[in-house]
Amino acid sequence: MLQNSLLPGVRLFASEVSVLFRRWRTWAMLAALAAVPVLIGLAVRFSPKGPPTGRGPAFLDQITHNGLFVGVVGLVVCTPLFLPLTVGVVAGDTIAGEASLGTLRYLLVAPAGRLRLLVIKYLASAVFCVSAALAVVLGGVLTGLALFPVGRATLLSGDTIGPGEAFGRLLLMGGFATVSLLGLAAIGLFASTMTTVPVGAMAATVVLAVVSQVLDALDQLDWLHPWLLSDHWLDLADLLRQPISWSSFGANALLQAAYVAFFGALAYGRFSTKDILA
Amino acid sequence: MTEALAVRTIGLTKRFGRQTAVDRLELAVPQGAVFGFLGPNGSGKTTTIRMLLGLVAPTEGQAVVLGEEMPERLGNVLPRVGALVEGPAFYPFLSGEANLRRFDTADLKSPAATQGARVARALERVGLSHAAHKKVHAYSLGMKQRLGLAAALLVPRELLVLDEPTNGLDPQGTREVRSLIRSLADDGTTVFVSSHLLAEVEQICTHAAVLRAGQLVAQGPLDELRGAAQHRIEVRTPDLGVAADVLRKFGLKPEPAGSGSIVAEADGAPPAEDIVAALVRAGARVRGFSAGAASLEERFVELTGEGFDVAE
Repeated sequence: MLQNSLLPGVRLFASEVSVLFRRWRTWAMLAALAAVPVLIGLAVRFSPKGPPTGRGPAFLDQITHNGLFVGVVGLVVCTPLFLPLTVGVVAGDTIAGEASLGTLRYLLVAPAGRLRLLVIKYLASAVFCVSAALAVVLGGVLTGLALFPVGRATLLSGDTIGPGEAFGRLLLMGGFATVSLLGLAAIGLFASTMTTVPVGAMAATVVLAVVSQVLDALDQLDWLHPWLLSDHWLDLADLLRQPISWSSFGANALLQAAYVAFFGALAYGRFSTKDILA
Repeated sequence: MTEALAVRTIGLTKRFGRQTAVDRLELAVPQGAVFGFLGPNGSGKTTTIRMLLGLVAPTEGQAVVLGEEMPERLGNVLPRVGALVEGPAFYPFLSGEANLRRFDTADLKSPAATQGARVARALERVGLSHAAHKKVHAYSLGMKQRLGLAAALLVPRELLVLDEPTNGLDPQGTREVRSLIRSLADDGTTVFVSSHLLAEVEQICTHAAVLRAGQLVAQGPLDELRGAAQHRIEVRTPDLGVAADVLRKFGLKPEPAGSGSIVAEADGAPPAEDIVAALVRAGARVRGFSAGAASLEERFVELTGEGFDVAE
């Protein structure tokens, strides 16, 4: 019985993911994300100024010692804007995009079920969050392998680890970046239920991500910081300690889960009773 | 409750802010009927259809579709209903076939195992097999309309709700859609078709309802609707004076109707053959004679008062 009601939902989820990845827009965004570490690697490798000296993005000076750090720098650079931007586009498009195409009414008449559609749309956005972080990691790893030596990596704590473990740490950081985006994806989903103009929902989502970081940078508002969506975004470097410090990962996961629950509930409240006129 | 009705609405009302789009609608669509849902643009047809399909919640009243209440029983009702609502809509970057697969997958009760075969059959039924693998953005409006019909036919349906199904189709396509609707009705499917093209409704429908500014102004079997319109007699003859005298003798009130013809209301008139015989005996050169109901179009204008203008 459970399988009977679950299986069609799984098929619809597969259909949703396949529609997402059959749009050239999705691939263009992933390619742009992967290009960020490539550009960083090329700039460091072929710069006439010589190896970087501790200025610029965090860990930039590590790249010449260990190519895997291209991926680390890529994640650090993409976390504040590029990753939220692409997630804002995908999550903001979820419901509003279907509404503007007119396909929303046909999905609901099929009937896909409003709650089920909302959950599936969110899960597909989460799949994109994973893909986006992976695109940066992969772009970084391939660039690092091609342009720099890959050997033992020196961690923040001064310990060194082998290349295999370093790659594992990089994947973990990708996981951290993914988790950081899940709350934003829920905000995007909610924004998407509010309008039939996808660009509006996308813009609102990205603006919120930026505002959160601006507030997070103001010391006068430090009482507010633990509640801000982006509060832990740049803590992904904590995964480069020995032993691994999981506390920021946990705190971030909890915060993102709270955002998902809150905005997920708002999205459901809005979407379950909404008159579909588009 | 009322098994014989495929769709029934009771006091169905929808208000958007202060504007009443649908006002205490009492529809009764018999099972197996081809039901024409008529009204000028803006009269509330599409809002009604959206309420029947659970897309819009009624402000007041009830809609019972296939014996179950909407939108409460939506999950049970909609798999048995095929719909084309306010024009077809697709993912332009997917092929026609991929679009149908997507909508079929969204129907949680359609069997996955037979999806390929059903999609192919639906495409064949609307004559789109050759364009199955073309991306929809390359489709013409008429092809999209056909694809929309195919989506409504993916599984056998008890009720089809078609909003302006011949929009954008050429005369050939329109004829095909008409024969498609007839063949579906022959299989026992109830077809609820909204249209502002009266000639079309007249050709395929068994029943009709007319909506004006959100209110029902007429409903029933098509013959009854047409019959409620005034019968008229029209005589085409060069001898207008003679013909008028003859009609007056029958107690009718003839009026000139343009060049070479006179018309009269047929209330209380004798059988047509008696009138023609009398006209010929009187020496009028009868070049044409017609007696019968006004067309649905005349009746429609009579009811809505607006013809095709937008109702406010």
